Amino acid sequence: MIELPTDPDAAVSDLKDGSTVLIGGFGEAGLPFALVDALLRCDAGDLTVVNNNAGNGDTGLAALLGAGRVRKIICSYPRQVDSWIFDGLYRSGKIELELVPQGTLAERIRAGGAGIGAFYTPTGAGTPLAAGKEVRTIEGRQYVLEYPIHGDVALIRAHLADGMGNLVYRKTGRNFGPVMATAATTTIVEVDRIVAIGSLDPEIVVTPGIFVDRVVVAERRSVKESLGASA
Amino acid sequence: MSAYLTRSEMAQMVARDIPAGSYVNLGIGQPTLVSDYLTADQHVVLHTENGMLGMGPQAEGDEVDPDLVNAGKIAVTELPGAAYFHHADSFAIMRGGHLDICVMGAFQVSAGGDLANWHTGEPGAIPAVGGAMDLAAGAKEVFVMMTLFTKDGTPKLVPKCTYPLTGVGCVSRVYTERAVFHLTPDGISVKETFGTSIDELAESLDVAVVA
Repeated sequence: MIELPTDPDAAVSDLKDGSTVLIGGFGEAGLPFALVDALLRCDAGDLTVVNNNAGNGDTGLAALLGAGRVRKIICSYPRQVDSWIFDGLYRSGKIELELVPQGTLAERIRAGGAGIGAFYTPTGAGTPLAAGKEVRTIEGRQYVLEYPIHGDVALIRAHLADGMGNLVYRKTGRNFGPVMATAATTTIVEVDRIVAIGSLDPEIVVTPGIFVDRVVVAERRSVKESLGASA
Repeated sequence: MSAYLTRSEMAQMVARDIPAGSYVNLGIGQPTLVSDYLTADQHVVLHTENGMLGMGPQAEGDEVDPDLVNAGKIAVTELPGAAYFHHADSFAIMRGGHLDICVMGAFQVSAGGDLANWHTGEPGAIPAVGGAMDLAAGAKEVFVMMTLFTKDGTPKLVPKCTYPLTGVGCVSRVYTERAVFHLTPDGISVKETFGTSIDELAESLDVAVVA
């Protein structure tokens, strides 16, 4: 059965130093704001963070980076107009960056959750991002060997959860949530609402509850509010 | 036409050349303009890497929903028949060869269709790749929209890319302000010129071009 922590702080209170944390979201859409803020308030450091980006403005993931709690970030697109905290840390050598093509990032996480040992992908073949990696020619085309990503913890945001931990998402807020939910030892989800068991149509469940460990309710923030907070 | 194309006119050219019924991904930045010139008759379905087919125009006013954005994180709308899916499925669409066309910008394109558009490789530059390599590897056709020369006049259609590559041999067409180029196994053919001639292009480029 899933746990229902009283608040986001309780949900992440047992996070250990050196953990790998998968954080959902594509920019603001699907970002688990409340869980990331709770992460900032807990003590765990020396973290490896997996997210598509490397934080925006001065809040959320960027604040976590700024507090020196993240040793390494695995992402596809760190450079953004408002990624100044990451930019500064990267230029001064204070954070390690593993840059991964976005589809390879998603597939490595998927593989991590699906019990796949490694896979060959055409993405990146013949580019600097294949440097040092095994390349195999399959049916005349070059493929790069990529390994899975596992998280100790996944922090994701969904729209609704039922009491079984079954999840549905909202629009493009879905993004990395469903694959990250499968790939972590402990998957913690913040949702708009928890609904009664039986009230989600089983046909529309996107993430089945078996992948979910903890669910906490947290109000969604609008882009406008978040931009205001980071301005 | 007697003058070089504007950015909007380049976008119009690309839109005109997208076959009816295509599934298309438009890269962030300039390629996004292409959507302004797609007609309803074309029935083009737009894909966005962050998990949607059937993406509509940019959202205005009350339509803005923080959970509905495009690859550039700009608020957009959904069209009737739209579908949402997670990132691994979205990139299966890209990498798996299901998209008919993607349109991207570029720093350089080589005569052999190599694409360089993610990193200048300069010291201190922060690399960011996003979905560019997946699109390059997976879309059936890669169209590039770019200026033909850098600000200092260096050609961007080159014998061999000097910037780090995004993909090898993937570009099939290059739309520029001066000409539309088709890259074929037999070489670079110039389909249309704007405010210039094939002779002038041949003179100013280090790659062979034919009509």
